[in-house]
Amino acid sequence: MNFPMNPLTLDLAVLALGLVLLLLEAFNDRKEKTFLGWFATLGIAAIFGASFLFSPQNVAATPQLAAFYQVDALAIFFKRLALGTTLLVLIMALEFRPILSRYLPAVVKNAGLGEFFALPVFTCVGLMWMASAADFVMVFVSLELVTISFYVLVSYMRRSAASLEAGVKYLILGALSTGFFVYGITWIFGITGQTNLAEVGKALAALPAGSETAALFAMTLLFVGLGFKIAAAPFQLWVPDVYQGAPTPITAFLSVGSKAAGFIVLMRVATIFLHAPATAAKAQLALAVLAVLTLLYGNLAAMPQLNLKRLLAYSSIAHAGYLLVAIVGWQSGNAPVTVSFYLAGYFLMTLLAFVVMIAVQRAAGGDEISHFNGLGQRAPFLAFGMTVAMLSLAGVPFTVGFLGKFFVFADAVKTGQWLLVGIGIVTVAAGFYYYLKVVRAMYWNVAKLTEPVVASGLTKVVIGVLVTMILLLGVWPQPVLTMLR
Amino acid sequence: MIYLLPLLIGIPIIAAFAILLGACARKTALLAAALNLILTLSLAFGYNQSAAGYQFTSSAMLAPQWKLAFALGVDGLSLIMLLLTALVTLAAVWVAPRPEKLERYPNLYYAALLFISAGATGAFASLDLFFFYAFHELALIPTFLLIGIWGSGDRITAAWKITIYLALGSFVLLIGLLALYLSLPDATRTFSIPTLQALAANGGIPQNPWIYLSLLLGFGILISLFPFHTWAPQAYASAPAPAAMLHAGVLKKFGLYGLLRVALPLLPGAAQHWTNLLLFLLAGNILYVGLVTIAQKRLDLMLGNSSVMHMGYIFLGIAAFNPLGLTGAALLMFAHGLSIAALFAIAGEVRERTGNLEFANLGGLAKPMPFLGFTFGLAAFASIGLPGFANFASELPIFFGAFSHAGSLLAFSNFQIVTIIALWGVVISAVYMLRGYRAAFLGETNPRWAGLHDLCGCIRPAVILLLVALIIVGFRPQLLVNLATPAIKTILAAPAK
Repeated sequence: MNFPMNPLTLDLAVLALGLVLLLLEAFNDRKEKTFLGWFATLGIAAIFGASFLFSPQNVAATPQLAAFYQVDALAIFFKRLALGTTLLVLIMALEFRPILSRYLPAVVKNAGLGEFFALPVFTCVGLMWMASAADFVMVFVSLELVTISFYVLVSYMRRSAASLEAGVKYLILGALSTGFFVYGITWIFGITGQTNLAEVGKALAALPAGSETAALFAMTLLFVGLGFKIAAAPFQLWVPDVYQGAPTPITAFLSVGSKAAGFIVLMRVATIFLHAPATAAKAQLALAVLAVLTLLYGNLAAMPQLNLKRLLAYSSIAHAGYLLVAIVGWQSGNAPVTVSFYLAGYFLMTLLAFVVMIAVQRAAGGDEISHFNGLGQRAPFLAFGMTVAMLSLAGVPFTVGFLGKFFVFADAVKTGQWLLVGIGIVTVAAGFYYYLKVVRAMYWNVAKLTEPVVASGLTKVVIGVLVTMILLLGVWPQPVLTMLR
Repeated sequence: MIYLLPLLIGIPIIAAFAILLGACARKTALLAAALNLILTLSLAFGYNQSAAGYQFTSSAMLAPQWKLAFALGVDGLSLIMLLLTALVTLAAVWVAPRPEKLERYPNLYYAALLFISAGATGAFASLDLFFFYAFHELALIPTFLLIGIWGSGDRITAAWKITIYLALGSFVLLIGLLALYLSLPDATRTFSIPTLQALAANGGIPQNPWIYLSLLLGFGILISLFPFHTWAPQAYASAPAPAAMLHAGVLKKFGLYGLLRVALPLLPGAAQHWTNLLLFLLAGNILYVGLVTIAQKRLDLMLGNSSVMHMGYIFLGIAAFNPLGLTGAALLMFAHGLSIAALFAIAGEVRERTGNLEFANLGGLAKPMPFLGFTFGLAAFASIGLPGFANFASELPIFFGAFSHAGSLLAFSNFQIVTIIALWGVVISAVYMLRGYRAAFLGETNPRWAGLHDLCGCIRPAVILLLVALIIVGFRPQLLVNLATPAIKTILAAPAK
């Protein structure tokens, strides 16, 4: 079923949902705010479902819109990814309520939670706009909408020093990276007189050889700014502390939603430089250097981690490295498909890990890996879900994580990036170590406590769905690949 | 008939999930393993030897633009491997400790064994490079859990070492397979093994030596090719007996099977560049590891090292790349798998009774446990390669094949030299096996062990099954040779240019 739809409808529906949530929060008398969470979840679920029923009309019909907004297969795919992520984050937020309210000063239970359910919806709007952005100004505005709502969400647990520290770190480094990004845009505008991505691309492609220095400077600034967003080394310093301090659902949101959006922008921006003859080689080199550093740093630093959230923070850096490898191998012509498929897999497996983590956090009271000791006995289903997530992240066949790596390395081999392939072999082996550390804790180690860990029905359903999708897409990638055609 | 192979892979997986969900572990696992043996035997008898080629094929396209399909099918070579898998699986499940004796996760233990078996079966029955690779990796995680949870000795180091080593090896292999796939022109790119073989026969595959090297190293790490063998002895020594049986007996053969199925038929020209390297490394397997094995002071470590050493013979047969050598290699994969499985099964039983396997600690065990002593002796003789066992019938063609390869009696080439080393290897394995046998089972009985019980009557058939198969093939190797010959002809048919 493919009913036509105005290209902006989907984004505006999410925006409207967010505004309704804020109004309800302000003018409804109920002190207990859980209903807002359910409202947001159902609303996002409905819009997510609708995104499969309606297909947006071509924007080319309205040139005013087409100047800053595009709706290609990639954009639609990333919009769905953003909606799916937000949906799961909201579900996690509902599950996370007991822990969250511990750190909120409130007379009535769950009273201060209103914005915690509303802000992710606005973040989602930003992510969706970013997927469609065809103009640097549009990119910047949507990027800021995402980042600013994250500033609030990261430091939401205001009685937790760690959460506040995370908020401050994220604020300072986020602002810094925004500065870099804007400065890069101004240089681009100075060189080309354009902010539209396609026009900038044309202008850069026309640059005569020898006059590309300014463009390369602009490129560097843009890559630095985006490097912060996608958590690529050496711009990854904020990641571990912010991930650990933020409320767990927000950590999940950061590591999946923020990264996906960062990558679609990076792909759109990098394409400009990679397709301009004057800057192509340097741009590829810069991305390759980023990829090498990110792969090595993310994977090696993950090995000694004892806290699962920190481990996943480094893992998120590591996966940014693999995604960068796919972009470096852009000559294969597959990079957009590879990156999108990888991100879809990353979305499933990372969120699965976070869903299980929240269930364990509620019962065991912490997110150290040692809190998972003996989980295989205390909650076989949760342990199974976590095992699938870890195996997929490590890249074991029959999971979507393996196929993602398979496509990435196929691109790298095809374009002859042998250094990256060699480093990739080492880092994949390192990945097996640190992901299996969690499996080891769950099955090898003996638990101090033996009473079962109880998870809610909703959590179990979500785990079941995610596990099924990870395994199904691991052998049958066609549905996602078709979506990206 | 096309459902037979999916069924063969499906039964252990379904059984494993049923066990995880609470089905009676031992009965379900035994039933699944027995069913699989029956299915495999019916496949072997139903295979039309005069028609040769791949039979019982089925396929389902999964990703058209990658020409990626789930394709199954068997020829004589894969049938031999499937027979080995089914036999060893049944024996391994049989000797596995009763669920009530396991302190933790009794059901996971049996499920993990079945997953390893399913992985091996899938790899041997796949006609698509992607699934051929993927099924093998499926066995990696159960091994990690089996060694980590139920292992003995330094299980933690052993489990990490085998897992990371094999992950690394399989990734090198994956890169090689990808490079092979991408080295083809766009129109002919495919993961289908039969299509690739047809291409190779027409000289349609570029013979890139580096791709072959990456396959050789990848497979080599999985086979414990010297000097990438250090993961094996320790892992097998620490693993619970059924896991060691399945891994050393079956799973390790995946790499050799891969060389015979993929690397050699598709890249025969590229393989020639590395023949001398392979000869050098396999001599390391036989000589260096052989001497290391003699120095072992523990029964399980000795067996682990011996299984590494025997890989050298199979490599020799493969390197010879003539009908004799390859037939011998195919047979020895089968024979070695059964004999090492029997040895690990018995060693596991001994460890369960005595606590550890230091030679200094054992001695005279044949007196309280005559059955274990007798069968260990038989399995040890088989492993050395005494006539009458399948190992002899397979090592002999390897030696002849390798010796007659190139060169003459007047001008020895590397092949003749390495064959001589390999023949000395037989002496080396006689030395360590017999010394081990004497130290553990003969001589004065340590009074601590005088009251030990022999193997329970209900478990004996597991060991007997393996030994009988060894003896049958030892006396009638034609059974397998007839199966293997057409497949080997196809391997050798590809032009080496």
